[in-house]
Amino acid sequence: MKFGVIVFPGSNCDFDSYQAIKVCGLGEVRYIWHGESDLGDCDTVILPGGFSYGDYLRSGAIARFSPVMRAVVDFAKRGGFVLGICNGFQILLESGLLPGAMRRNAGMRFVCKDVFLRVENRFTKFTGCCIDDEPLRIPIAHGEGNYYADSKTLRLLNDEERIVFRYCDKEGDVNEESNPNGSVENIAGIINERGNVLGMMPHPERACEKILGSEDGLLIFESVAWS
Amino acid sequence: MSYFKINVEVRLKKGVHDPQGETIKRALENLGYSGIKSINTGKVFTIKLEAETEEQALQAARIYADRLLANPVIEEFTVEKRT
Repeated sequence: MKFGVIVFPGSNCDFDSYQAIKVCGLGEVRYIWHGESDLGDCDTVILPGGFSYGDYLRSGAIARFSPVMRAVVDFAKRGGFVLGICNGFQILLESGLLPGAMRRNAGMRFVCKDVFLRVENRFTKFTGCCIDDEPLRIPIAHGEGNYYADSKTLRLLNDEERIVFRYCDKEGDVNEESNPNGSVENIAGIINERGNVLGMMPHPERACEKILGSEDGLLIFESVAWS
Repeated sequence: MSYFKINVEVRLKKGVHDPQGETIKRALENLGYSGIKSINTGKVFTIKLEAETEEQALQAARIYADRLLANPVIEEFTVEKRT
């Protein structure tokens, strides 16, 4: 499996993503600068977290129009795997590859902490290795992760089992207390209709080694690598 | 051709939760002001541009707003000539 990590001006989880793939021996990995318009022979493209273009206007709004995003949209249309993490998820929403939008966190604060995630769909290319019933423990770090979609879109996402992750407590119960940002229906990650584009606010790349406190994030990368 | 100054006002659609507005409202109440029913936040972009007519300038601003300045999923916008 060949991974490409897109680097926007202001990305700051690009190295973490690169490192996660490298250290865990999941395949080849290289950086792709935002000005490039060719993704080469990548099988999976990662849009990393950070503050692309300083989060000017809206998170992800400017990055969406960078040259590399045109290539990413084509790549996704051809069935290539795209994983958007945090700011990467925001860019996928802005570019229309995934439905909905992000609002400021309900509590108005930047939230940086470990959360628990219930894997709602284990039959995706990104979650095939999540075989335990236990929720995943993965950190979040964002100020605009309050997911919104209108009721029609939500119904569609639910009906098609495209809500992949929900914030939950450590027992796996999805409730208001475990919702860190006000997202509708505790949504933490969704996938596109075709099943090749996943966006998630939590940072699996920050939970891939024991020394970091959790290895649960590894399951996401392993799922893609072995799918 | 002449220059026009156009204001594009972007705000959250009705029904979309506005945590910034609510926080500002609470802050004003903490300052002792009462009677504020709600506060909705938004952004204003002042665009100076060249066009044949005012209507053309407004139309251009509408396109900018639609494509980039506003996110149609959660936001709506109005354009008007700045006086």
